[in-house]
Amino acid sequence: MGVEIKVEHLTKSFGKQLIWGDVTLTIPAGEICVMLGPSGTGKSVFLKTLIGLLKPDQGSIVIEGTDIASCPERELYEIRKLFGVLFQDGAMFGSMNLYDNVAFPLREHTRKSESEIRDVVMEKMDLVGLLGAEDKLPGEISGGMRKRAGLARALVLDPEIVLFDEPDSGLDPVRTAFLNQLIVDLNAQIDATFLIVTHDINTARTVPDNIGLLYHKHLAMFGPREMLLSSEEPVVRQFLNAQRVGPIGMSEEKDADELAAEADQELPPLPPIPMQLEPSNGVPRRSQREPGGWCRDNGVTPPPGSFEPQMTMTTGA
Amino acid sequence: MASSTSTRLLAPVGTAGKLFAFGLDVGRGLFRRPFQLREFIQQAWFVASVTIIPTALVAIPFGAVIALQVGGLIKQFGAQSFTGSASVLAVVQQAAPIGTALLIAGAGGSAIAADLGARKIREELDAMMVLGIDPIQRLVVPRVLGTILVAVFLNGMVSVVGVAGGYVFNVILQDGTPGAYLASFTALAQLPDLWIGLIKAAIFGLIAAVVASYKGMTAGGGPKGVGDAVNESVVITFLLLFVVNFVLSAVYLEIVPPKNG
Repeated sequence: MGVEIKVEHLTKSFGKQLIWGDVTLTIPAGEICVMLGPSGTGKSVFLKTLIGLLKPDQGSIVIEGTDIASCPERELYEIRKLFGVLFQDGAMFGSMNLYDNVAFPLREHTRKSESEIRDVVMEKMDLVGLLGAEDKLPGEISGGMRKRAGLARALVLDPEIVLFDEPDSGLDPVRTAFLNQLIVDLNAQIDATFLIVTHDINTARTVPDNIGLLYHKHLAMFGPREMLLSSEEPVVRQFLNAQRVGPIGMSEEKDADELAAEADQELPPLPPIPMQLEPSNGVPRRSQREPGGWCRDNGVTPPPGSFEPQMTMTTGA
Repeated sequence: MASSTSTRLLAPVGTAGKLFAFGLDVGRGLFRRPFQLREFIQQAWFVASVTIIPTALVAIPFGAVIALQVGGLIKQFGAQSFTGSASVLAVVQQAAPIGTALLIAGAGGSAIAADLGARKIREELDAMMVLGIDPIQRLVVPRVLGTILVAVFLNGMVSVVGVAGGYVFNVILQDGTPGAYLASFTALAQLPDLWIGLIKAAIFGLIAAVVASYKGMTAGGGPKGVGDAVNESVVITFLLLFVVNFVLSAVYLEIVPPKNG
């Protein structure tokens, strides 16, 4: 059914270097969220903190009444059974073939018989399109296949929360499109809470219900998709439209001179907001909102051409 | 400046503390069910397979060198009949556990550190923790127990091969009499010597496996980090072994008085 994740005043630093501070957000149950941010802003660190692999310096992460940041290790291992995590490279166990990899959580945590395990594993392998590759070792398959196998393993315990660490990095556009469709279909099917960490703008613009943007050691904005896509806030606008004009420079931030130099440059208009990706069976997801609904409720005029079904998925100039 | 110097000076203390804490975690993991029997057997077999042959090959010259040294010395006292006894004492009490431990650390420990280190940098350990499985219980405990078991068995093998090697060298090269060599076995050596040898081997196996696992699981910084972890684990284990061996020998000699021939 999905579980809500409540993050409050979360701060993490490595030594003296602050990664991000005072991050407060609530990831709503059953919805798809995307966490965006320029490279090196600690998106993966955020993900690892959410599952308790890294301890934050301050703040709390509450899932079903348990604070992950301060609970004892034993509880942490219990609460982690709610999670399915897709790691960047799939993180498959190199010594086992794909079948054993996917079956691993079932063998460790359930008392299912081998034939029941086989049914579940085959179902998940079919879901990610890997039937026939069960006997391969992770070293023998491509990065995209490893990623899909990692997804199958993440889903095998029927998680309430699924975290994706850059599901689209290193995948070709077609596979990325398929994977995005798979994510949306999965959400419709299992109603779990999804959090995707990525810097692929196309994914961010079309897949999620909510978007968050990490920038300059803090959470710049978190809210419904249409709110961020129609936002005039410079950082959000620059990042979501992949522009060079704006506060984000090649190395983290631009300095005052650079900003002054582009002060009188005309900002390109906001590109239209695309339609959200729908489940392939056409039945809307439970958390899906009506296109343009947020804009209408909040009196925001979406950029011209928004929510037109035939619109191509351009990411703007 | 001052603070950076003190952090640098205190860093080894922190590492020692973390290693000890890791050892305690392993100790706690020992009693957590379910016990990973399959992994235990696989690991014990693996450690045995990489150590048996090198250990046997090292044991022969070990025994021979002791026989040659002691034999030469003892001849000057005119006490050749005690050669066998001295050789047994030295091999069983000291050479066997140390030789075992060096090979366990060098061959078994480095393999464990490399294996866990590779898993660490490929995020496999993270993935395992996220799947709700404690890698200490699932991976480290079986390795530690497997290494201890193999160390104890190897210790027995080194004792036998070492004493046999000593016999061959004493009898063939130094013209010792076979009967005297065998008959003097129990003149100086006694049963507790065998026990301390086994206890030492078990403790050395424990240290080697815990250090290797700790270094492997804290490896970082890509493939180079794994190499460093393996290297450090072997060096740290060797250093610890000699210190612990000294302490154990001193305590043992206090508790069990040497037998007078």
